[in-house]
Amino acid sequence: MNYVENILSHASGRKSVSAGEYIEARCDTVLMNDVTGPLAVKEFLKRGKKIKNPGSVVIVCDHFTPNKDIKSAENVKFLRDFARKQKIRFFEIGNGGVEHVILPEKGIVKPGDVVIGADSHTCTYGALGAFSTGVGSTDVAFAMLMGKIWFMVPEVMEFVYSGKKGKFITGKDLILLTIGKIGVNGANYKAMKFAGTVISALSMDERFTMCNMAIEAGGKAGFVVPDKKTADYVKGRPGRKARNFADGPSAQTFKMDISAVKPLVASPHLPDKVGPAARLNKVKIDQAVIGSCTNGRISDFAQAAKIMKGRKISAGLRCIILPGSQEVYAEAMKKGYIETFLKAGCVIAPPTCGPCLGGHMGILAGGETAISTTNRNFVGRMGAVSSRVYLASPYTAAASAVRGRIISPEQL
Amino acid sequence: MKNIIRGNAYVVGDSVDTDVIIPARFLTSDNADELAAHCMEDLDKDFSKKVKKGDIIVAGDNFGCGSSREHAPIAIKASGISAVIAKSFARIFLRNCINIGLMVFVCDMKKDARAGDEITIDMRKGEIINARAKKIYKVKPVPEFIKKIVSFGGLLNYAVQRGR
Repeated sequence: MNYVENILSHASGRKSVSAGEYIEARCDTVLMNDVTGPLAVKEFLKRGKKIKNPGSVVIVCDHFTPNKDIKSAENVKFLRDFARKQKIRFFEIGNGGVEHVILPEKGIVKPGDVVIGADSHTCTYGALGAFSTGVGSTDVAFAMLMGKIWFMVPEVMEFVYSGKKGKFITGKDLILLTIGKIGVNGANYKAMKFAGTVISALSMDERFTMCNMAIEAGGKAGFVVPDKKTADYVKGRPGRKARNFADGPSAQTFKMDISAVKPLVASPHLPDKVGPAARLNKVKIDQAVIGSCTNGRISDFAQAAKIMKGRKISAGLRCIILPGSQEVYAEAMKKGYIETFLKAGCVIAPPTCGPCLGGHMGILAGGETAISTTNRNFVGRMGAVSSRVYLASPYTAAASAVRGRIISPEQL
Repeated sequence: MKNIIRGNAYVVGDSVDTDVIIPARFLTSDNADELAAHCMEDLDKDFSKKVKKGDIIVAGDNFGCGSSREHAPIAIKASGISAVIAKSFARIFLRNCINIGLMVFVCDMKKDARAGDEITIDMRKGEIINARAKKIYKVKPVPEFIKKIVSFGGLLNYAVQRGR
């Protein structure tokens, strides 16, 4: 059995499972947010009173917070009351941040865990070696009632990266490269395993970025088999111990030498429309967004700050910085990144999903163009139907913000 | 359960994502009728006016990709759509449809379909008929486990009837 099959056989209490089988598995963590939570809780309350395993359930209010309007405030209040009654963990402004940034930080997810979340980017935690996947609100209601969930055991599609990473090449460029190669449904129903010498050398933050965007290729999960870097990340954080599982062969393997890869950008309106940033120099941008569950961690801001240090963003352009959590925000202050961004002319937003999904704090007007370190560039994703979003790494987004047009950081 | 679903085709392309099915600006509500009023409006602002009760969405690859928002299949169902047929579905969307009881069929028939075609889905035979195009297609069979959930009328009924 491979790594995913080993986790799922353990979680389903079976001796063995194999790809294609339908199973019911225990969930270590069941996550919901302020968009998907109200529906899940209402469905749960129609059929149950007490959560089967309250210790597993986590609510993070991050999408429309600090609440953008009365309706979103009512939704968060509803969830806050529910969490208090059920004695489950609840994070909102002041103690939280973007769900997929804070769960690993707070030690809630550990290697070998099974995690479901009513948020498609729940696949992020595969970077820790968890089997972690996005589901709907009804699935979360079911898991609250039953303490488990149904899955089809996915096939593993392995991506092996070798070669020497060029200057300014990040986990974001590698995942964009991969999505560009296999397409937006190239990994539909499959678990994407990221491996090879390049991944071994990659920071945890960049592994989170890669696993986060597995869904953008249709993946059920993305994962990296835990290694020393994973162990170092987990060490010293609260919560239960990691579970170790063996790995085995994958159904498919793709090998990529990434030595020649240059900074990449996904053009509107799909994440697989990937090409070199340097070929998009004619694209003028109105707004840059740096943050999100994809690129809202400390090394992401280190990269952006490295570009912006001593520079100013282009006149007339707006640049919005969204630290992914309180912890990331504090660290960015301590390291001087926040000061760099302020001096460059950026605005610092609170930790929230904000503009990524067109929620608030940076919505685009008709015809406007943004470069963003987020994960989706669908029609109308960040605002008006006629607005356009280009996806890139923090280096590329910051360099483009300085120039006012899309450029590769090498061109600055 | 009915064995025959008949309706007129509303044809869309590949990778219709859940952001266009129901944009985030409407996600502060989970009221089905409110969501239906804005269903697909970033793709076709007249969708909710055009769609008649019983119509069938006929799509290409990767229908429902993107966000896990269950508001998307809820909006489609509440706008009167009786079934969605696609060459392939994004997995979270497919799960959500099964869980809330929106009928979905995996079938590659979009290339011959035109808006308004009368589509007949024969669930017993596992066939879909497009009379105008004079074509009969086989539906990809549904796994037994999924049939069980659907036969209980959705995931939560399955949970309750099975007993906690």
